Amino acid sequence: MFDKPLDIFGFGLLLLGGLFSSSLLAKTTVTNLGVPLSQMDIRKHAITIFPDGTNLPAGQGSVHQGKTLYQNTCMNCHGVKGIEGPAARLVGSDGWFSFSDPLRILRIDKHPVLLISVGALWPYATTIFDYTRRAMPHFAPKSLNNNEVYALTAYILYLNGLIDQELILDKQSIRTVSMPGKDRSVLAWPETPPK
Amino acid sequence: MKTKFIKHISAGGLLDRRSFLLSGFAFSSAYSLSAISAPETNPGRIDTDLPVWTRVPGHNDTQYGQPSGYETHIQRIQAQSAPETSMFSIWHTPIQNQRGIITPNGLHFSVNHNGIPKIDPQYHTLRIHGLVDRPLKFDMESILRYPMVSVIHFLECAGNTAPNAVSLTALDQSCQELYGQISGAEWSGIPLKYLLQEVGIKPKAKWVIVEGADGGSHSRSIPIEKLMDDAIIALYQNGERLRPSQGYPMRLLLPGWEGNTNIKWLSRLEVTEAPAYTKDESGLYSDILDSGEIQRFSFPMEVKSVITHPSGKQTLPDKKGFYEISGLAWSGHGKIKQVEVSADAGKTWAKAHLEGLVLPKSLTRFTIPWQWNGTATTLLSRATDEYGRIQPTRDQWRERYASYSFNHYNGIQAWYINKNGRVENTYV
Repeated sequence: MFDKPLDIFGFGLLLLGGLFSSSLLAKTTVTNLGVPLSQMDIRKHAITIFPDGTNLPAGQGSVHQGKTLYQNTCMNCHGVKGIEGPAARLVGSDGWFSFSDPLRILRIDKHPVLLISVGALWPYATTIFDYTRRAMPHFAPKSLNNNEVYALTAYILYLNGLIDQELILDKQSIRTVSMPGKDRSVLAWPETPPK
Repeated sequence: MKTKFIKHISAGGLLDRRSFLLSGFAFSSAYSLSAISAPETNPGRIDTDLPVWTRVPGHNDTQYGQPSGYETHIQRIQAQSAPETSMFSIWHTPIQNQRGIITPNGLHFSVNHNGIPKIDPQYHTLRIHGLVDRPLKFDMESILRYPMVSVIHFLECAGNTAPNAVSLTALDQSCQELYGQISGAEWSGIPLKYLLQEVGIKPKAKWVIVEGADGGSHSRSIPIEKLMDDAIIALYQNGERLRPSQGYPMRLLLPGWEGNTNIKWLSRLEVTEAPAYTKDESGLYSDILDSGEIQRFSFPMEVKSVITHPSGKQTLPDKKGFYEISGLAWSGHGKIKQVEVSADAGKTWAKAHLEGLVLPKSLTRFTIPWQWNGTATTLLSRATDEYGRIQPTRDQWRERYASYSFNHYNGIQAWYINKNGRVENTYV
């Protein structure tokens, strides 16, 4: 859509050719002001964890450690079992009804986001690690260390019945976790043209 | 009055715009009133019964202007349904109080998952790395020197009008409550393509993980085709620098795509082969289909329209009066081609006038004159875009999705008007 860069460079050449003498004008037409990034700088800022395990840090955490952390840090917003809210639901199925929670239909009226859950929809366990590390807890994002994030990820997976209580979560074992949301996924991109 | 020349173009009182304007219908009564109300009083001085503000000096202007004190009730409202952790907030714009296609900056809708960061532009940096020839960073001073373009586009949250998608009964809500997560603005900034050309994209690159500098480091995976097409780094909104709630000092603008992908407080682009399945593309911003499948990466907002004048919770002042119906239509794929309006619950339809600018991926204003006959009726609007995409009925939309799926709802809106003129949200 924007096919202007060539014109801009052309204009810049005209400026260099002396048709315009204002240095202020010349400055408004540059497109090469980026400063090289060092590998150290990139490593510091590249916090995204990919489904294939790329960028997962060293460290490990257990379900038991995660439970203690969860109760101290997460329970107030996500509930004792991870289903009560008011914050996004971590555990369970998705939909209007949940057999394990007869009162949920009443809660949904107030908190529609509780209709869906991390355990049912998210296709990769790596995303739990990624989001917990970058954004949680809501009141103090990025305050958890890698061991703590592994432990909390383990506890959320355990509450969903997706890992054994004894599993120690680390950069290898997290990739062996199979999430129910993965097989249900269909991709809308690339889009299909209209009929 | 030459009312006999007014042409009815469908049942329910919808009028032909051209014949209506030619008739002089709207203005005839005003002319006759002024002719008989010129009293002869207080000779020798201009009448002191004139309004007080014509007889005293006005006040000075201010450094940053504000709306009239009589308009201060025109405000955004905060949605009650967001998870009640205070930093996730949703603010709806009052589109029933706006005309044209541009939303004032202070009223632009806003959804913030982790609050609004207070960013000092002096210390804000944009980094681009990953599958590139030259990983680079840019400070704000440099960014502001790049060539800029200005484009008019809408922004809509994927969850706009969610109550009509999932509520079994039509809730009695206003246009603002149901449709307030849509806004239009002129955005000025740098085509992202310039910066991607500067870093040099490697051939196997397919996606870019885009990240903001808020507390949650909000991120989404975006196909590189879109970023090389019409994406811009927006720096200005309606002529002034972005407001903090719109991403100051810079945001990504992806014309036509769901609001959540238009990353605010933009700070990092990581060029990759595959998407990252970030938090929002894993859960909240996916669509659950009727089959139980979870649809991901449904980026464009679909063709949609709503009558804003009159709309939910308003009351028509005049029984059997004349009204200009007015509303907004938009499509995340391109231009609006036509909007049809029905004043009899969908039995007959008439083509509305597209008023003002008709731009791709932009709000488009439509109007149509209407003579209300004073009986209960239902108003509908139905938009079609330049690619022939047409708004579905609510039932048609719901057939595709699970009963609790609420993103990307674009069903035809129905406003029921009872015999007293009160307008209510309804399903047809």
